[in-house]
Amino acid sequence: MDDEDDRTELGGYPLRRNAARALGKLGDRSAVSGLIRSLDCPDFYVREAAAQSLELLRDPAATPALMKLLEGGVSGAMPIPGRPHLAEPYESVMEALGAIGASEAVSLVEPFLQHPIPRVQFAALRSMYQLTGDETYGQRLVQALSEGDVKQKRIVLADLGAIGYLPAAEAIARSDAENSFKLLALKGLIEAHAAELLSTDSIRVLNLMDNLL
Amino acid sequence: MTDTADLIRAVEQADTPPRLLVAVKTLAKAQDEAGIPTLIAVLGYNNPVAAEIAIDGLIQMGSASVQPLITLLDEYNYGARAYSIRALAAIADPRALDVLLASAATDFAPSVRRAAAKGLGSLHWDLLDSSLRSTAQAQAIETLSSIAQDADWSIRYAAIVGLQGLANLPELREAIAPVFEQTAQDADAAVRARVALATQTSP
Repeated sequence: MDDEDDRTELGGYPLRRNAARALGKLGDRSAVSGLIRSLDCPDFYVREAAAQSLELLRDPAATPALMKLLEGGVSGAMPIPGRPHLAEPYESVMEALGAIGASEAVSLVEPFLQHPIPRVQFAALRSMYQLTGDETYGQRLVQALSEGDVKQKRIVLADLGAIGYLPAAEAIARSDAENSFKLLALKGLIEAHAAELLSTDSIRVLNLMDNLL
Repeated sequence: MTDTADLIRAVEQADTPPRLLVAVKTLAKAQDEAGIPTLIAVLGYNNPVAAEIAIDGLIQMGSASVQPLITLLDEYNYGARAYSIRALAAIADPRALDVLLASAATDFAPSVRRAAAKGLGSLHWDLLDSSLRSTAQAQAIETLSSIAQDADWSIRYAAIVGLQGLANLPELREAIAPVFEQTAQDADAAVRARVALATQTSP
């Protein structure tokens, strides 16, 4: 994570990016402090991979460092000239805060509901739903499933799967995207409610999945 | 009375998506076997709405669609192939057994494999000569048991759906029970839930 040798022409750190990604997949909490430090790395993609891994590890210790990346607000969250990304990996950061359940981050996440880029709005909706449990945010994601192009629909499907929003099941099954993406989203709904393997809700979702095979 | 040849020409010459939809709808509704190859061609047009209409027309023609669907299976376009396999699975004619077995086991496209796995569970076995039936069922169980261990969770899920269909036949239940037992420990909750549902409805 502190490698200085492997550099891209633009100053990126490919080895650190890979390390940050791998640390999340290992599921080892001892990686958290290294990942938190990586949120300060000058390479955007290292910060993004670190936020994604912190989402998987769900350690509240990462909350303050993640929140710091949102402090510039929506006005600071603009594209970097010459790069295909914004100043910070806002989507991954908000999704990590949502997965951690960092309710103290609500006031920092909320303004991003107004961000001009739809996928940033969706990440904010997803995070706000996880942080507040307010159905309105889930419903707004369901609404987004009937708008936009197929690329946008795939993103929203992934968001609904990640938050396990059961009322979306029928809208997911009906949505205008490939069956693979719909199946993955419905799988997310089952996983979020897996404590009881066969409930009325999970049977409802399984029947929808069967029809997508 | 419009000639089917005209309806086929209307599909082939449709120059806008709305015209194509109308033409496919009309051809599908005519239920003329002469239109089957054209309806199958529509599955490869990369137009999901038109494909769904064509699929429904092919399924309604049932038995007559089976051989053309097998012969004209698109080797290059996996989207078209997935639609064809879904149609064959829905018609459930055991003449499709070999193509379903091969597709479930080795197609590179997960959508094709899922449709085939599901189809293997719901064939009309009574259409098959009784001397061939148990061998054919054993092949289906063997293929589905094997892909119930696939690396892709969605393939494992589809295998369970197929096996549940076979387990509805009392004489096959014993052969399938160990697979359900093993997959009840699957790493993915969705697969475990599907096994629970399968074993609940076929005790």
